[in-house]
Amino acid sequence: MKKLFMKGVKHGLPIGLGYLSVSFAFGAQCTGSGLTVLQALLISMTNLTSAGQLAGLSVMVSGAALQTGLIEMALTQFIINLRYALMGLSLSQKLGLTMNTPRRMFFSFANTDEIFAVAASQPEKLHHHYLYGLMVMPYIGWSLGTLLGAAAGAILPVFVTNALGIAIYGMFIAIVIPPARREKPIAVVALIAIAISVAFRYLPGLNTVSGGFVVIICAVVAAAIGALLFPVRENAADSKEVEA
Amino acid sequence: MTLTWPTYFIYLAVMAGVTYLIRMLPLTVFRREIRSVFIKSFLHYVPYAVLAAMTIPAVLESTGDVRTAAAGTLVAVVMAWRGHGLLTVAIAACCAVAAAQGLLMLI
Repeated sequence: MKKLFMKGVKHGLPIGLGYLSVSFAFGAQCTGSGLTVLQALLISMTNLTSAGQLAGLSVMVSGAALQTGLIEMALTQFIINLRYALMGLSLSQKLGLTMNTPRRMFFSFANTDEIFAVAASQPEKLHHHYLYGLMVMPYIGWSLGTLLGAAAGAILPVFVTNALGIAIYGMFIAIVIPPARREKPIAVVALIAIAISVAFRYLPGLNTVSGGFVVIICAVVAAAIGALLFPVRENAADSKEVEA
Repeated sequence: MTLTWPTYFIYLAVMAGVTYLIRMLPLTVFRREIRSVFIKSFLHYVPYAVLAAMTIPAVLESTGDVRTAAAGTLVAVVMAWRGHGLLTVAIAACCAVAAAQGLLMLI
């Protein structure tokens, strides 16, 4: 079914373009932190996730002892990427009959926020040709952007790399604000997380805790408070909207 | 500091492995809905808590100058509030930082 595949490729194009600029910033940050171009590219090609990679990079270059660093890496990736588990659960309800176990295992690699959002918004059950097509442009965009950013980041003037440094945070802000506007509990959870994060950055004693663990603590505490104060009765994943 | 290749590969394997398993297992193994309201709610809020904590205060140190970073953040928040997409908001934030840098050079 070439038609379904091409439909997926088309739907993935805007995602791929968006990834190009964000991963360019990530690549520049990698080489800026001391990684080689190839090391930066391999992270993007094997992970395909923005927030997790950014946190992973900081653990990698933190200079921590390997054992501590690896535990921190595993915990950080687990907490930061936990949202994908929810998306995976949600999407598994929408998969068509052709999505057998090996095909699920293959596609799940590329289940990013944006790919999930586009796939979940399709009216019909999802065919594997469509999902495979949907993976193509985001994967190319994410990898190519990282390669270019890592290679060019070093030769770009500081003026430009400074400006690009904020790109990935701009994307995070664009993911959080619209749902926080619609659902007050999300705004409350985000503000709690910010308060804890700021405390860990600036309060003496607390500011010695490394970044990866701070994210974990913020996420677990804020999300648990949110879950206790504002339990979600309907299918949470269905009401989640991530804009591509 | 430079990262040696063996160390890098161990980190990469843990990083990619954990990320992949979190994505793969629920999509492949679980085919039923979670019943616990608390776990469902917790998972619903996790992404926003993570992104908010990762953004603030780190964003203020992302451009090498807290003033240009604040300008970029403000523009990003306003654009996102108005409902613009990820790409538009990210580019607008970069442009705001560039403009603020230019402005500071003139002062």
